[in-house]
Order: sequence, then C-alpha cells, then structure tokens
Amino acid sequence: MKQITVLSGKGGTGKTSLVSAFASLAKNKVLADCDVDAADLHLILKPEIIEENDFRALKTASIDGEKCTRCGECVKYCVFDAISDYLVNPLACEGCAVCELVCPVDAVSMNEKNAGKTFISNTRCGPLVHAILYAGEEASGKLVALVRKKAKDVAQDKGLDLIIIDGSPGIGCPVIASLSGADLALIVTEPTISGLHDLERIVGVTEFFKIKSMVCINKYNINREKTIEIKKYCLRNNIPVAGEIPYSGDFTKAMVQAKSIVEYGGDVSQIVKGVWDEVNNSIR
Amino acid sequence: MITAVASGKGGTGKTTVAVNLALCLGEIQLLDCDVEEPNAHLFLNPVIEEKKPVEVLIPLINEELCVRCGKCAEFCQYNALAVTKELVMFFPELCHSCGGCAIVCPNNAISEGKRTTGVVEVGGKDKIRFVHGILEVGEAMASPVISEVKKQINKDVDAILDVPPGTSCAVIESVRDSDYCILVTEPTPFGLNDLKLAVNMLREMKIPHGVIVNRAGIGDGRVQEYCDKEGIRLLMEIPHDEQIAALYSNGIAFVERMPEYEKKFRQVYEVIKKEVG
Repeated sequence: MKQITVLSGKGGTGKTSLVSAFASLAKNKVLADCDVDAADLHLILKPEIIEENDFRALKTASIDGEKCTRCGECVKYCVFDAISDYLVNPLACEGCAVCELVCPVDAVSMNEKNAGKTFISNTRCGPLVHAILYAGEEASGKLVALVRKKAKDVAQDKGLDLIIIDGSPGIGCPVIASLSGADLALIVTEPTISGLHDLERIVGVTEFFKIKSMVCINKYNINREKTIEIKKYCLRNNIPVAGEIPYSGDFTKAMVQAKSIVEYGGDVSQIVKGVWDEVNNSIR
Repeated sequence: MITAVASGKGGTGKTTVAVNLALCLGEIQLLDCDVEEPNAHLFLNPVIEEKKPVEVLIPLINEELCVRCGKCAEFCQYNALAVTKELVMFFPELCHSCGGCAIVCPNNAISEGKRTTGVVEVGGKDKIRFVHGILEVGEAMASPVISEVKKQINKDVDAILDVPPGTSCAVIESVRDSDYCILVTEPTPFGLNDLKLAVNMLREMKIPHGVIVNRAGIGDGRVQEYCDKEGIRLLMEIPHDEQIAALYSNGIAFVERMPEYEKKFRQVYEVIKKEVG
C-alpha cells in the first residue's frame, strides 16, 4: 500500500483543490483529510457518513468548589496558567494532572472529554476518512494518526492500494503526524516570497523525517522570477518538480460548484492531470 | 490594546493585513505568532537586535537515585516516559514540560533540565517594534515558542498579532488575552467553512471580532451573507487585484505603493478601538 501526503508549509497554496482533483483521477484509493482543525475536502466530495466515532484524547481538570480550600498549590504548579480564581480554563488546560497530584484535599478531578469526531464516509470518488477537532484541542497529532489508521483499515478491508492524505499548513505536530511513514510528500507551493520561505522549512521537515518529496508550483505565472527561484531551489536539493499550474479562476468556480477541477473541466484540468501522472508514476 | 489577526483557512491574507495595518498606525508592536511558518519579517524587513533561545523544561533522571519504580511513567499523561527493569526512556517530542514526573518521583531522582525548541527574535523598523518566534524544524510543539513571543509584549503600546491558521491549540495560545480579533477570509466555500470554525472559537473565548474579506470579487457572496446573518461586523474588503498580488509575491506591503489604503486601515483600527472601548 502506498501513501501520498499533500503538504505546503504555507496555507492557501491549493492543497485541497489538488487533492480533490486527485480524488477524481486516482483509482483504488482511500482519501484521508488530515487537516483536522480546518477540514475542507468534504465541501467538494459531499460525503455520505457511514461511521462516526467520538475522539477522546486528553482529560481536563476541574476543581470542586466545596472541597477547595484555596491553598494555592494548584495555581503554583500549573505551568499552563490554566487556573485562575480556582476555576480551570479548559482551553488552556493541557490535562497534565499535576493539579490533581498536588491538591492536598482531593478537590481536583480529571475528566474525560470529547475532543472531536472521526468519520468514515462514502463519496463519488471512493471512501473518505475525515475528522473534526473541536476548537483549541491539543491532540491534533493524535487525531491525524487515528484518521490515518482508519484510512489504512478501510484500504485493507476493501483491497485498495493507495491512500491520499490532505495535510495541514505549518510544520508542527499535525504535519509531522500526517507525514510519518508516507511514501511521498507532494509539496504545493506558490511563487511568492512567503511560498518560497515556507517551502524551504517544510522541505527541512521532510528531510528530517527522510520522506521523499516532490514539488508542485501552483499559480506559477503570477511571478515568473519567483517560479525560476523555486525551480533552482528544487534542482539544488534534488527535489523533482511534478508540474506547474497556471493561475486560473476556474479553481474557485469549481469550488463554488462543489466540483473538483477535473470534474469542472477546462484547460487547466489537463495540466492537473499531468501533475497527477508524474506523482503517480513516481510511487509505482 | 492587543489586536490579533487570525483566520481558519491558511493563505487568506493574515500576514498582509497584520503588516499593512501595523505600517499605518505609527508607534506600534507587531508580533508574528505563526512560529511554524513566520512570514511577517519578509514584508517588514526589520533589523533584528536580539535573539533569545526558547527553552522547554525536560526531566533529567539521576540513574543512581532512580529505582525504576515506574511512578513517573505511570503519571505522565503524554506517554513521554517509559520505565523498564533496567532503564528509564524519555521521549522529548511527547513531553509537555508539566513537571509532574519530578513531583511524583519518590526518590527525588528527577530534576529539571532544558531543551531548545526555537528562538524568539526582537527588533524593529522605524516606529514599529517587531517580535517573532521560529520553531526549530522537526519540532512538533509550537505553543511554548508562541508563549515566549507573547511575553515580549510591552503593555504600554498597542500590539498587532499575526496568528497561525486553523483553530488548534497554537491558535488559542496566540489569540488568548487579545482585546479584539480580526478574521481574514476569502469569499469562497473553503474560506466560509473555515471562517465559521474560527468564529465559533472566538465566541467560546468571548473575544470580540470582525471580518476582513480579502480577494473580494472571486467566489460568491456567501461570506458576506453569513456575516450579515450572524451580526458580524465586516471591517473592510480588499479587492482581488493583480497589483496587490504582484506586490505580495515580491514581499512588498501594498500600502507602501498604494497609499490610498492607509486611510482605510486607520479607519478599521478606529472602529476596533471604539468597539473595545
């Protein structure tokens, strides 16, 4: 089974538009939306949910006002500044349980909480595993790992041999979790000063974890000098360029109609097909 | 007053808004809290005067005092410690630096050590004081670096915060304690979906907020309809404009070449100030 993770470092370069296009093109695959705190793939794929599960991760502290003697130990030891006036701020609490440990009168309890949901769905492009992480939850990496595990199970069940993962922007916890053990990271970038800066950082991450990467330059014609700079950077670092996609209003028009660019059609969809062929060939 | 600039969706123009706004306000602080992919410096070109490593606490285990009782591993909520008959293993990338293991150890075998996960840089450009954090490549946890960035805020001067995308813990850490939050979005289905997530987050945090629509003219009108219906103030629209896009791609804040926007940004800030009171 092969796994491709689509990443970008910088947000808004076109990861999800590209993944939805691949969803229309690739055969025998499972899709996994691992951008768990701002998932968008479902807006194009219109999933029919067939399985839904609560995601429980870390616990949250709560203080029993009746038992609490306001001695201040919990406040002193909480490194997350999550306790004020002997009330726990659940958005700041990271569930470490130190307050429960240091409380001399057992006024603190640690409670399970739902941190999100995972879904297994059917779509017109095949199975999709997706999730929501409730605002401010810590365990985005854990949820990403769970989505990937479920996607793997679905693939094995149905005899599918490819998982396409839509990643999140950035280089931290959820990105690392969406990348580990992947066969290829496809990095979508754009020819802007931020795009290039963020590309270098995400390539640092793929190299750190020894994951093979490829680059796709989106909106290549908005700044041709920067496109050349990106290509030179890729050449110096032995990263193949899977393709260059021009800026096109068709991407937004397709999105408004809840279609992938391939379903929408037009000239640019042919170029996107070429990108998919390059990516697909490189993992076979 | 602290004003955060956030968005659910990435790439909608947070940095554009934060930098351009800061450039229109005279004496101000600009703090880039997007420590995973910091970009504001590319548009401001500040002179960096000081660099401070960000250190997180980690347990140091004294093998001679340790009796491998396993209490530390049992306590750790993040599975960052594992104890066998022979040794204690520590997984630094899982540690949240809570200090619980040192408290729970019955033999005082754990003391606090330090590990560097990033750097905070402080500098300035003209009247703008600039701070940003940079998470080291390969590190998972952005929040400790963000928290160090925010410790640099001078409470006597207004501050603009450039926040990472999404609604995760790193976003909460950035937005926390702000007086107001500007949400930057684009008028597309993805922009709308992620705007709703961000609005729910801010409502839960009880932080007043308004919306700036960037690339106005692409997509559809559903973002504006949503704001109307929910009573969310539309602070400004920045049109989809080739000149703005070209300046952005070259790392130029557009107010520097299109001064007609200065007044608009100042008006937005006046509206926010009034609302915060």
